[in-house]
Amino acid sequence: MENKTSEQIKQQDQTVTINIDGQDYEVHKNLSLLEAARTVSIEIPSLCYLKEINEIGTCRVCVVEVEGSRNLQASCVYPVVDGLKVRTNTDRVLRARRTAVTLLLSNHHRECLTCIRNLNCELQNASDNLGIRNIPFTGEMQDYGFHDNNPAIQRDYNKCIGCRRCMAICNKIQECYVYSPLNRGLNTVIAPAFQKDLSEVSCIMCGQCVLACPTASLSEKEHINEVRRVLADPEKHVVVQTAPSIQVTLGEMFGMPIGSFVAGKMITALKRLGFDKVFATDMTADLTIIEEGSELMARVLHEPQKLPLLSSCCPGWVKYAEHFYPEFLPHLSTTKSPHEMCGALTKTWYAQKYDIDPAKIINVGIMPCTAKKYEAARPEMQSDGYRNVDYVLTTRELGRMIRQNGLDFVNLSDGKYDEPFDQYSGAGMIFGATGGVLEAAVRTAHKLITGDEMSVPDYEDARGQSGLKYGTVQLGDRKITIVIAHGTGNAKKALDMFKSGEKKFDYMEVMACPGGCVGGGGQPILGGRDHKHISLSYRHNRADALYNIDKESKIRRSHENQRVKQIYDEFLGEPLSDIADKYLHTSYVKRGQHPYMHKEKPYEGYKETD
Amino acid sequence: MELKNINSVEELSKIKDDTYNKIKIRFSEDNEDKILEKELKKYHILVCSGTGCVSSRGNMVRERLEKEIRKRKLEERVKVFKTGCFGFCKLGPIIMIHPDETFYIKVEPQDVDNILTNHIVKGERVEKLLYKSPTLNQFVENMNEIDFFNNQMRIALRNCGVINPEDITEYIAMDGYKALGDILTNKTPPKDIIDNVKKSGLRGRGGGGFSTGRKWEYALSYDGERKFVLCNADEGDPGAFMDRSILEGDPHSVIEAMIIAGYTINSNQGYVYVRAEYPIAVERLEIAIEQARKTGLLGNNILGSDFSFDLDLKLGAGAFVCGEETALIQSAMGLRGEPRPRPPFPAEVGLWEMPTLNNNVETFANIPIILRKGGDWYASIGTEKSKGTKVFALAGQINNTGLIEVPMGTSLRTIIYEIGGGIHDNKRFKAAQTGGPSGGCIPEELLDTKIDFESLSDIGSMMGSGGLIIMDETDCMLDISRFYLEFAQDESCGKCVPCSIGTKRILEILERISKGEGQMEDLEILEDLCYDVKDSSLCGLGQTAPNPILSTLKFFKDEYIAHIKEKTCPAGVCNNLLKVVISDEKCVSCGICARVCPVNAITGEQKKSPFHIHQDVCIKCCACIPKCPVDAIYKA
Repeated sequence: MENKTSEQIKQQDQTVTINIDGQDYEVHKNLSLLEAARTVSIEIPSLCYLKEINEIGTCRVCVVEVEGSRNLQASCVYPVVDGLKVRTNTDRVLRARRTAVTLLLSNHHRECLTCIRNLNCELQNASDNLGIRNIPFTGEMQDYGFHDNNPAIQRDYNKCIGCRRCMAICNKIQECYVYSPLNRGLNTVIAPAFQKDLSEVSCIMCGQCVLACPTASLSEKEHINEVRRVLADPEKHVVVQTAPSIQVTLGEMFGMPIGSFVAGKMITALKRLGFDKVFATDMTADLTIIEEGSELMARVLHEPQKLPLLSSCCPGWVKYAEHFYPEFLPHLSTTKSPHEMCGALTKTWYAQKYDIDPAKIINVGIMPCTAKKYEAARPEMQSDGYRNVDYVLTTRELGRMIRQNGLDFVNLSDGKYDEPFDQYSGAGMIFGATGGVLEAAVRTAHKLITGDEMSVPDYEDARGQSGLKYGTVQLGDRKITIVIAHGTGNAKKALDMFKSGEKKFDYMEVMACPGGCVGGGGQPILGGRDHKHISLSYRHNRADALYNIDKESKIRRSHENQRVKQIYDEFLGEPLSDIADKYLHTSYVKRGQHPYMHKEKPYEGYKETD
Repeated sequence: MELKNINSVEELSKIKDDTYNKIKIRFSEDNEDKILEKELKKYHILVCSGTGCVSSRGNMVRERLEKEIRKRKLEERVKVFKTGCFGFCKLGPIIMIHPDETFYIKVEPQDVDNILTNHIVKGERVEKLLYKSPTLNQFVENMNEIDFFNNQMRIALRNCGVINPEDITEYIAMDGYKALGDILTNKTPPKDIIDNVKKSGLRGRGGGGFSTGRKWEYALSYDGERKFVLCNADEGDPGAFMDRSILEGDPHSVIEAMIIAGYTINSNQGYVYVRAEYPIAVERLEIAIEQARKTGLLGNNILGSDFSFDLDLKLGAGAFVCGEETALIQSAMGLRGEPRPRPPFPAEVGLWEMPTLNNNVETFANIPIILRKGGDWYASIGTEKSKGTKVFALAGQINNTGLIEVPMGTSLRTIIYEIGGGIHDNKRFKAAQTGGPSGGCIPEELLDTKIDFESLSDIGSMMGSGGLIIMDETDCMLDISRFYLEFAQDESCGKCVPCSIGTKRILEILERISKGEGQMEDLEILEDLCYDVKDSSLCGLGQTAPNPILSTLKFFKDEYIAHIKEKTCPAGVCNNLLKVVISDEKCVSCGICARVCPVNAITGEQKKSPFHIHQDVCIKCCACIPKCPVDAIYKA
């Protein structure tokens, strides 16, 4: 009895009663009005709001009438208090919302029919939901043009609605501080300093801003046409590689539930699109583990001054380190990312093995990532004079390509990856989620250092969506401290603590995107219709899917992958060998920060190999 | 001037007595002393050193006076002082000679000889520099006899034009820092101070009109690692300059109030956010802070107590939106000046996320005297809900422009026709605009409105910071609205949608109408849009920006309709709708107009036929109109 009372008191403490549209609801306190209304199935439209990231109340689309308040209040920033009385759909409210969206539209280049975000645009939805049928205001429109002098991200300033979500995610989560508001009033534009292109500032090309953008003001640079051109060329041998996380996200493009595993359908689709071979990047992820695990072992045993080892498979994170932490570049693992390894091996080992002229091989990567587009264009990423990877398409672009070709994706039969990049371990799969690389590396390092298999291959501490995690791993008689960071802001925290001596560690995995590759900047954008997902919360569903597949796979350790053994036997010799060093390892450059950027060769587009 | 540390209230009152004796010839109440001083032929010459008079060469007058006095070896009996603004800026440079209380206006450097020879040496007043009353048509010698000062009650401006703002001891002589001294000696509980402020009924003078006492109470109720007192001196309303005048004429009253506020809310650091466009105010503040530090009135253990407080300046770059408190805080921290939604209010989350008390200059200037004379005294002045006095900057088509301070509840008619001396050139009054870009226009039928916070907002205007612009029949209300909207649109920070895009769209509709391209339905769209921008903007700037339009639409809709339907501007202001014509009958064919025309739109044969303006060439600059010797050119 007593227990129940205290439980009741606790309950009372945590909730407040508010009145929405004449009805009382009990809602959790510490919520904004908008979130509280969502919990009771009242959807208040919004444009600038991004849960926990951008709560600034600027679009004024989420306004409501609050009793006792003279003006309408933005519900996304209005805290609920006991006894609050609000009206969410009076004429006054609806009119103000309509006016706000109409004003935005009056300053928006309305090219919906040809827009890259057509049918997946929050502004379009807001306009539709509010029933806007005409725009009575005509007048000056800002023309700030279009910037895309980089391989990954394009900025169409004329579609910017000034919501600042890009800026919030870049400043608060990634801590790259690329965007800021320039000018005032109608002339305000959210852009890098002096409206420079993203290639001229310390942008890491992670594409989180693209995910955050409610319109097509920020989008990936599309390379579908380039890929179609090589597919149509009979001279070319076009291979495609797919990153681990694509298999659990591509389905979302076709209305499948979040976390649907669609590897088989994807392979079939890719083959129907005309690719000659479909390879799994997961396999070279296993290879990365062998190389990086060996590096970790070598440093632990012989070069402790080069600890901590920092993972290097995320190109966004690599660029972040190059801009902001050049002093840590020697600590960065020299191992190439799985994606580039696959590229390097197709132009070398695969070409030799199958007797194909490497000049005719085109390697296309399907990646969850905009930074991969940038990585593929890095000058270091070539093998024997050939680009490792020629083109990178994001998950979204692949989805569009499949739609363009009229494939009924949901009902496709399952296909299989092509030899020799077909087998992969569960460890390779979980590369796609934060903590996955580290977990995979630990499974293998355990074997390399102790000679024994890790008895329980599940390393629980590394999972979940907390931004920065510390842990220790017992490798035989050695105990190493590990850190997992996702979101470069968290990596910054860890490195700053390392520098100040507050926290020491031996190995850190960094994924630039929150949640890892499943939350990558090239992944399907949710939220067009479904506002509830305008947050990062959906990411763990995708990650869970990867872990479940890992759990069910027969091979769960990278060093057990027979194909990996085969590559070492046939081509590389042993981990960290000279050949491995030549093709599977890379180097880094100090880049500096705006306005003290080191001179870089301007991007000139992908090099045509013919 | 040598300043020593003041360690106790006793030392403070000694300085007060010493200095008061030195400057008491400036006060008419002490008649006996005055006669004595006169016999000794001692004089204090106060030269207005506010921005207005400095711009009209007041500084040169002062320098010339000092030089001539040295030359004539009059230093012993004639002293020259800088002082703050008298308010009658139209007649600057102004000098005041005590103990005669002679008010000289429009003094030029070459008048100095005359003043010294006749007034100081011979004891005869210089008539041509005296104010001539237009109503009585005679010279007025004494300041108090001038209509402009008659109906005023100077509380916030009490020391402006009386003391030298660059000398802390003169402020102390006027009972300055006494309120602070009493509080620190008696260890007055903060609650009592707040009660006193609450009792006074003082409301924020920056425009919001929020109860100052309650604001202090909130600021006290939040704890923080550090707390701050912030003074909003970012006066941005076009035409308003009361904050500048207070800082230029009496900076210590603000400093004293801020120290008291610091003591009350338990803060040890204050900042004055002042715009960099006010160089004289900044300089005076710097001098005042320096002197307060030297005398130990700022710094550690003020007046020997255990309370410490320091003050620094933050210079603003002059964005209107930074007058909004959350934007001001952003800007003071060195960030882009943009407002953020409230709650939380700055009293809870302010500078560097710490509790911050933010008050306007004029509000602070009232505090020391309220605490000295008591809240009840202050509450006895004004109307039921608005207590005390308010400073207005009087401008526009009115005879006496300048700065005035009147009790709340004074009617617009009194201000315009008695203090302001009526409309310029005896033209017909059309409207009074209060509250700057956030306010509205008040028509003739509401002239008897007793000004206070409530009455003004009831008629669609607002108090704002106290700009008061008078318009006559030659002002086009549409053009006035367009001017204010242009200002608001230009100053919008660009953060929220209704303000950044909405004000632009409103302006575009107004521009269309003023060009004669408007439709009747534009008025409907305009009004709706105005209401929505007002209703849903993020901060005060957007929430009040449509006020000038809504109030002119309410009271002067016929002017809008004339622009749309008849395509004419009744006041003859909107260039696109007017024609400049030469009357054939009046023209004397002198050809002067043709010579001044910048686009050669006027042709004619000298001394033969009347001149003629080619309408397709004319750019309506109206340069020809004042040049015509026979007033033959007019707008149609």
